[in-house]
Amino acid sequence: MVARTVLHDADITRALRRIAHEIVESRRGDGRLVLLGIPTRGTVLAERLYTLIEEFDPGIAEWGSLDVTMYRDDLARSATRMPAPTVIPGSGVDESIVVLVDDVLYSGRTIRAALDAIVDHGRPRAVRLAVLVDRGHRELPIRADFVGKNIPSATSERVSVRLIETDGVDEVTIEP
Amino acid sequence: MKHLLSTRDLDRATAVRILDLAEDMAHTADREVKKLPALRGRTVVNLFFEDSTRTRLSFESAAKRLSADVITFSAKGSSVSKGESLKDTAQTLAAMGADAIVVRHPDSGAAHQLAHAGWIDAAVLNAGDGTHEHPTQALLDAYTLRARHFGAHSRGRDLAGLRVAIVGDILHSRVARSNVWLLTALGAEVHLVAPRTLQPHGMQSWPVTVHEHLDDALSLALDAVMMLRIQTERMHAAFFPSAREYAREWGLTAERFARLGPDTMVMHPGPMNRGLEISSAAADSSRSTVLDQVTNGVSIRMAVLYLLAAGSSGEPA
Repeated sequence: MVARTVLHDADITRALRRIAHEIVESRRGDGRLVLLGIPTRGTVLAERLYTLIEEFDPGIAEWGSLDVTMYRDDLARSATRMPAPTVIPGSGVDESIVVLVDDVLYSGRTIRAALDAIVDHGRPRAVRLAVLVDRGHRELPIRADFVGKNIPSATSERVSVRLIETDGVDEVTIEP
Repeated sequence: MKHLLSTRDLDRATAVRILDLAEDMAHTADREVKKLPALRGRTVVNLFFEDSTRTRLSFESAAKRLSADVITFSAKGSSVSKGESLKDTAQTLAAMGADAIVVRHPDSGAAHQLAHAGWIDAAVLNAGDGTHEHPTQALLDAYTLRARHFGAHSRGRDLAGLRVAIVGDILHSRVARSNVWLLTALGAEVHLVAPRTLQPHGMQSWPVTVHEHLDDALSLALDAVMMLRIQTERMHAAFFPSAREYAREWGLTAERFARLGPDTMVMHPGPMNRGLEISSAAADSSRSTVLDQVTNGVSIRMAVLYLLAAGSSGEPA
């Protein structure tokens, strides 16, 4: 079976640009934005969103990376996973508006882990969620605030996000 | 990785991965909550048949920062003095649900036996067995070398091109053995310095350069000089004429320290015998890494405990 491309590079750029605008608009007041990507591709997307927000409204955002490996609910059930580095911007997350950034929202378990991880770094004023793709099939009461594209899928299908920084190409594919 | 018994089992890639993971672990100390939930619900047993406050505290603190339940068992005042064997003790602790056992034992090979005799299923971490190995000490030494040498750009790096001299009682030193295998696996050039009487048999086949005189080694451009503790508890014969002569010939005296290059690190696994193998001038200088080694020890032990006990199979994903 062949993979079908559901988002091309121009679609991804357009989606991120729209999300960046929405994040700035939703800020309300003078809240400091901290974009935290979930490794690996979420971190890439967080940096891209940060760059876009810097264009529209310089100085209101910072970005970093939040690894959730040690907070996963399946840690003890699977083979040992290697964590990725966590990088929190110097001013911390206290009183900021944290925007978690990930490539695909699926069961919601990764985001559950991320919410636990955030708390160990401080107390943000609010936590929001931005994802490039929402493919449905949630297993927890979690939803995204900013979505690049909703892609209805079957659980048997495979949704793959590839980004230039990590994979050499910008595309989202779905394969049976 | 199911057990950590010897640094001989670590190849370059695995060792670098442990050092990188330890860097991530080190950042836990900067956070609001200085704990990770990785070993929640897991039990780590510290099984110490030999006194070691420092190593025991380091392992305890590492396991607690990973949210494990920690049971510490010290041989003194326990059933061991009533003649209970290593096997019985280990099986008792395993029956209590130990997921990982950190073992220190005066006999070389005790950790290996515990891991491979089929007595228990738990992961075994060697915290020093006789004069054989002390792998986490070597890992924290490698971490300290890498961190001091490369600063903020240490991630992913090995120790290629670094020149390290290990000085003192090589014969009885498990720290020296573990360091020889690990530092050479990481690409460092290792020099061993010891009086003839404290050079083990078979050392000629090790991937190192051997010197009898400290001054010969110090004439090289060294990145680090690691002074070993003179272990009076393992000295059952006269290996050198007197402490004063040892200090004069093989100690890092203030005069020798002054001759070292400006960037040469001074390392010591602790506890130090000041005035014997190391002078206070060297031990208290800014080039001394002694306290860094203690701090880094916790991060290294967190990394190793995570790799051995967090997943279901112990094999990396």
